[in-house]
Amino acid sequence: MHCLEPSEAALRPLVAGIVAQHGGDASRMLQILRDIQSLAGWISPVAVDVLSAELAVPRTKIEGVAGFYSFLSLQPRGRYRILFSDNITDRMLGSTALMARLCNSLWVEQGKTSEEGLVSIDTTSCTGLCDQGPALLVNNRAMGRLTAERIDQIAELVRSEVAVDAWPDEFFIIDDNVQRADILLAADFQPGAALQAARQRAHAAGEGMMASNTRSWREGLPAGLGGPAAMLDEIKRANLRGRGGAGFTTGLKWEACRNAPLPAGQQRIVVCNADEGEPGTFKDRVLLTRQADLVFEGMTVAAYAVGATRGFVYLRGEYAYLRPQLETVLARRRQDKLLGRDILGIPGADFDIEIHLGAGAYVCGEESALIESLEGKRGTPRNRPPFPVTNGYLDQPTIVNNVETFAAAALIALHGGDWYAAIGTRHSAGSKLLSVAGDCARPGIYEYPFGVSIRQVLDACGATKVQAVQVSGPSGICVAPNEFDRVIAFEDIPTAGAFTIFDSTRDMFEVARNYVHFFQHESCGFCTPCRVGTSLLKNLMDKLARGCGSPYDFAEIEKLNQLLQSMSHCGLGHTACNPVLDTIAKFRPAYEARMMQRDFTPAFDLDQALSQARQMTGRDDAAAHLQSEQGGAV
Amino acid sequence: MNPTFELDGQAISFAEGQTILQAATTAGVYIPHLCYHPEFKPHGSCKLCTVKVNGRQTAACTMRAALGMKVESNCEEINAERRALTQMLFVEGNHFCPSCEKSGHCQLQATAYHLGMMSPHYDHFFPNRAVDASHPEFLLDFNRCILCSLCVRASRDVDGKNVFALSGRGIKTHLIVNARSGRLADTDFAATDKAAAVCPVGVILPKRQGFAVPIGERPYDKVAIGAATTVRAEEEAS
Amino acid sequence: MTEKRKLRVATTSLAGCFGCHMSFLDIDERLFTLLEHIEFDRSPLTDIKTVSPGTDIGLIEGGLCNAENVHVLREFRANCTILIAIGACAINGGLPAQRNHLPLTTILEEVYHTSPGLHNGMIPNDPELPLPLNQVHPIHEVVKIDYFIPGCPPSGDAIWKVLTDLLAGREPTLGHGLMHYD
Repeated sequence: MHCLEPSEAALRPLVAGIVAQHGGDASRMLQILRDIQSLAGWISPVAVDVLSAELAVPRTKIEGVAGFYSFLSLQPRGRYRILFSDNITDRMLGSTALMARLCNSLWVEQGKTSEEGLVSIDTTSCTGLCDQGPALLVNNRAMGRLTAERIDQIAELVRSEVAVDAWPDEFFIIDDNVQRADILLAADFQPGAALQAARQRAHAAGEGMMASNTRSWREGLPAGLGGPAAMLDEIKRANLRGRGGAGFTTGLKWEACRNAPLPAGQQRIVVCNADEGEPGTFKDRVLLTRQADLVFEGMTVAAYAVGATRGFVYLRGEYAYLRPQLETVLARRRQDKLLGRDILGIPGADFDIEIHLGAGAYVCGEESALIESLEGKRGTPRNRPPFPVTNGYLDQPTIVNNVETFAAAALIALHGGDWYAAIGTRHSAGSKLLSVAGDCARPGIYEYPFGVSIRQVLDACGATKVQAVQVSGPSGICVAPNEFDRVIAFEDIPTAGAFTIFDSTRDMFEVARNYVHFFQHESCGFCTPCRVGTSLLKNLMDKLARGCGSPYDFAEIEKLNQLLQSMSHCGLGHTACNPVLDTIAKFRPAYEARMMQRDFTPAFDLDQALSQARQMTGRDDAAAHLQSEQGGAV
Repeated sequence: MNPTFELDGQAISFAEGQTILQAATTAGVYIPHLCYHPEFKPHGSCKLCTVKVNGRQTAACTMRAALGMKVESNCEEINAERRALTQMLFVEGNHFCPSCEKSGHCQLQATAYHLGMMSPHYDHFFPNRAVDASHPEFLLDFNRCILCSLCVRASRDVDGKNVFALSGRGIKTHLIVNARSGRLADTDFAATDKAAAVCPVGVILPKRQGFAVPIGERPYDKVAIGAATTVRAEEEAS
Repeated sequence: MTEKRKLRVATTSLAGCFGCHMSFLDIDERLFTLLEHIEFDRSPLTDIKTVSPGTDIGLIEGGLCNAENVHVLREFRANCTILIAIGACAINGGLPAQRNHLPLTTILEEVYHTSPGLHNGMIPNDPELPLPLNQVHPIHEVVKIDYFIPGCPPSGDAIWKVLTDLLAGREPTLGHGLMHYD
């Protein structure tokens, strides 16, 4: 981890070696760039030269990709790259002061690299340790429960240039914090059991199922080994809906992929979306830690049902530290004939899973952006139609599902659709993992059958004097106390899993402002309304925070919201105003306290705008100042 | 007979596979756009061509026309939002029309005229973007870039060169050129490239040709953008 | 009362070149018609130095490049019912704003210290002189502006069109030919 940057001469063969490890495949560009970044600390012009030559790809393409992802850098960074998680929950736990402490201690400005290239310190979007914050990443390794003492220890380790791998192990302990387990987390799962059950079901389903089974693993196989269609039927009967938040019916997605025409030389693809980027969410981290077999088996079940032969887990860059243990599980499954060629000993039953890492881009959680990223490109959401089920990864039929969806699919394969459909509510079958964080006694993961009320969760986690709950993160909804009897379910409050609690001491305006900053940082920049609109919105919220807001700014926020909702390319833009709109509607006093001005006020500090002239002239007389509060008073 | 859809009450016929924007253009109906160019694959990023299809907003340049669709385009609600988009583009970059050689030839400017943009409305970002004058025949003024990616597509798809690309993310998205030095002179860009001729604004400019056409004689001085079309004619007549 | 009260109009140029004022004079003999409806308050045309309270329309040319520009703009806003930004500089900073990518400190340094031919250069610091702003700003970023007449300068016809629209109680618009940003 801790490395001195290789010389130019040394770097060339190293980069060429990385390219070779990836088979010289340009569609693995992002993975290659990640490896170069870890090796050299940045993507230098020399590295781009080598890459361009080895992959026969123009440097514009390489720099285009490298420039898109937060964790890749085209400029040199410190040998220690420290990124503080900047979710609102980290801030509530004092992250801002801790980062300032580290910056002061190491004599480095936020966002800059220290002179001798030792260290760079900055913020990053939520790293998914909200239940054990404040958190940071140091050279890709995650650390939680930061305290002033720990910060001082880190400063000392950096100053004395101790390699990160040699830092005390206890710094890097991540807890699962499972507070309530239900069908998924409590499952005592035997690897292979779900696949065996699916296969058994095929026999029970009889010959009739075989007819529709021509485009699957079983193609050309002797009768009696059928079952994908039966598996698909179980998924449909289970009424399983996607756990990424949108709640699309999984069975329909799988069926569309299964039925998509497959040109010669193409294959169907199963992608597990583990790009858990919504601030406040961390349930996929726990699911992958606790139940990796269930997730991988769910993917294999999906491959079985749709006839896919290739699978990917797109793991967010922030969770890179999970990779070794996931690779171990994959290797064991290959050994046990649960992955690879001839799964369960069935000739032709081929499916394997490869882990791809993201590199710090929330928008890649959007399925078409995720596919672009998997192809080694900038994570820009595609124009749709066509949809991924027909034209996904490298234009092949592809399903993209959430980690939790695959885990549920494995249980459905094991116990049957009827069993699953009986859990939860009528329109929301099964259970939901909630990532509970913020103001409560027992943060962590709570798995409940759908239909659990906000109040039940609050009682269970020991939250008191609750002012608001942000469900499903910034792009979700902000729930006020009079709505606490509403329930988590697709028919009431759908969620991808974040459940962030704010007690009465919290300023809901600052919560919304943090979320607006998040969207501005994560906008991919493809479409005009989101690229510019999120920046305009951020500026307006900052203006309100400075006490310069007026009703005029309010009206502007509302107009921007309308524009973002109607004109944006993808969900990021559509939902970027949600936190502001929700909090304005439900916590208006927090905004009114900010609306110090009755009339139009400038967006910038007028007196500050004379600062350079004052400095250069040495003047400080009355005429060398402007009073900002006079604004544009009519 | 070709199938039709309805655009602002008018029946527009379309060929299978055509987008709403292509079919409208064929029929002589103007839908404002900046990142769309008939010779290239639609991009769908500027969002100026947003229309309402059966009540739902979508980009006309990427949406396939379908039988019986009801499309709204030239109405105040949508035009006001398009105007806001042009205002966003104006404040995002540094667009000083009086000193820009592209003035009078510029699609962004002409589209803003068409939409009645009287001011940029928002607070200016005044970004700091360097000019690249390294190439003997062409100047790159990134201050005016609206990230439409037409030059990217032209260089990649027609010239086969990949001279241009977008890098960065979000508000930091920016145009780059294919040279380690970052200078156009060090790329294989040529004045005869398609990419040299597609910029809708004043980023990619031939040197020593500026202001050759006097004010009043420039294309958009003489004819407003979209004016040759029936929508414009109807608008004038009303 | 049979005669309608004349509207009082004030004009000024901030960080501008007075080109918009010249263009205003280009409405030529129509000025006489206009004067049947308006009278001038503070303006280079009258040499009145302050805006009278209750002025109906203020026309502002030029952007904000120094503290005095801000004071004048605020005086106009405080005393005018309708404020109109006239010309490119008022609307987006225009030519003066093309210094915005340079730090003011660098500019002052070069102009007063390092330019060739300067001897013992010093940056003027007399309190009588208004201090320059770090960046040049369009006027709508500091006060609320009601209407805009784009152009560098807007033509006499465009100014005439907007003023007559307003006098007639219409929302001002500029069609093809009148609407231009250069």
